[in-house]
Amino acid sequence: MSALSGRAWVFGDNVDTDVLAPGVYMKGPMSELAKHCLEAVDPEFARNVQDGDIVVAGENFGMGSSREQAGQALIELGIAALLAKSFARIFYRNAMNLGLPALVCPEAGQIEAGDTLTVDPAAGTTLIARSGAVLSCEPIPSHLLAMIADGGLLPHLKKKLKGKAA
Amino acid sequence: MGMTLAEKLCAQAAGASSVTPGEIVTAKVDLAMVHDSSGPRRLAPKLAEIGAEVWDPSKVVVITDHYVPAVDAESAAILDLTRKWVAEKGVEAFYDMQGICHIVLPERGHLKPGMFVAGGDSHSTTGGAFGAFMIGIGATEMAGVMATGEIWVRVPPTIRIEWTGALGQGLAAKDIMLKLCGALGMSAGNYKAIEYGGPAISALPMVERMVLSNMSAELGGKVGLIAPDAVTLDYLRSVGANAGHDALDWQSDGDAEFEAVHTFDAGALAPQVAAPHSPENAADADAHGKVRVDQAYIGACTGAKLSDLHMAADILRGRKVAPGVRLMVAPASARITNAAAADGTLATLTGAGAILLPSGCGACAGYGAGVLAAGEVCISSTARNFKGRMGHAESQVYLASPYTVAAAAVAGHIIDPRSMLLETAA
Repeated sequence: MSALSGRAWVFGDNVDTDVLAPGVYMKGPMSELAKHCLEAVDPEFARNVQDGDIVVAGENFGMGSSREQAGQALIELGIAALLAKSFARIFYRNAMNLGLPALVCPEAGQIEAGDTLTVDPAAGTTLIARSGAVLSCEPIPSHLLAMIADGGLLPHLKKKLKGKAA
Repeated sequence: MGMTLAEKLCAQAAGASSVTPGEIVTAKVDLAMVHDSSGPRRLAPKLAEIGAEVWDPSKVVVITDHYVPAVDAESAAILDLTRKWVAEKGVEAFYDMQGICHIVLPERGHLKPGMFVAGGDSHSTTGGAFGAFMIGIGATEMAGVMATGEIWVRVPPTIRIEWTGALGQGLAAKDIMLKLCGALGMSAGNYKAIEYGGPAISALPMVERMVLSNMSAELGGKVGLIAPDAVTLDYLRSVGANAGHDALDWQSDGDAEFEAVHTFDAGALAPQVAAPHSPENAADADAHGKVRVDQAYIGACTGAKLSDLHMAADILRGRKVAPGVRLMVAPASARITNAAAADGTLATLTGAGAILLPSGCGACAGYGAGVLAAGEVCISSTARNFKGRMGHAESQVYLASPYTVAAAAVAGHIIDPRSMLLETAA
């Protein structure tokens, strides 16, 4: 898959699924739930985020619940990629399954809010336009990259099931 | 070299003679469990999108617990969709309003040692208490499992956690887990298997062991395993599950390699309370000072089993909830409610002023009755106290054992419950 460019939103460690997708809005439509994504830590986020923006975080991003609406809300808001020092395991799988690239980037601390980033998920690199620094991230494993290139687990499975039937 | 319990379980599910940590294997799923929030309402459109059917309805368990009982048109519609889906797909193991999935699953005999189980909820790690490799996954992933009966997993390295000595009076598995969250942090077990052992763990009944496996999710763990023993077999017999002749073989080998071994002394443990907004903010109950509480909540998969209600009753017998405090109790399953009614526990609780709520996930994740207003303080026997989880983003939730929650309800503030138990005994 090709490189993505976007503006950075920066969060800290242990951002949990309950602030990404608050339980009280879970029974409603995604368009409504997404309006409250990260509201408890940044009330302005959902209002000001733009298509193609990139979420940057510290350790253990997405800890807590298995609710994949946590990742889906970010997609609904137009987020194109996630960079974090580490991800909670269920959230990591959910994001990839939904087709949202999530890169483990130990040097993510160098990124400032509003930075323009160019992320290459296959190579595992992130360019910060402001400083010209190229951060080395862990490349997304090849079996997952193929799935993301298909648009996520469901389109990937559909392709595989079709292949079997043919 | 020997294998850990986690490695043995992964190898069995992958049809391999051995596996090593870091290896990615495709596992055959013995059982898939979903609830009303992560289940049919999310799965049905996904399965339709790829044109797939449920691979084996006899290996699927569906349990309603998040939106029960329905409180508005939206939650009623979710439950209606769930009931119609299980009927249409021929899922016979459907438990409607019978309690919380992590409790109902073993209570109805669906878990046994050696299984590989996928659960549509992060606290699915609870199944590890039975020596089953049970992992929590999201809805798209679950749609893949439902379509194929398989899932890829990276074989995890194992962290072994040993508890020596014996728990004192007024201490519970919840205190052990909050201590571990405080000592090890919320990502200590990320991508890893956690295995519990030692004399203090062996001495715990199954329902208490389930607390450890359940809250392994709070350490970030993929699974929270406890090797089966005579206590496990007794429980399985009591729920009519056939453990199989090889049940006790599911143990880590003597020469298995652990990534780390942590040892704690149960005898030195004091009642723990975790301050807002993370379980890792745990400290001795006394260390928090007399924090005043508006609400005390005994509920959820990890805090309202029969043993939990007994702990609360031990405190509340002959006492009253403090004026201005509301104590709410939501037993974790219908069977637990029934047993607590039969043995007089419910009368003790309500006699002290507790309000009884329906069985289900309730206020724990902000879905059900008992959520909080801005500025309110709650002490809760649930597993998580993330910001805004139980209601308003400006509410404050402290986590503790049922003993400590009940004691705070009586005192009106956070307190070490052991003083009340001593008074009762005297």
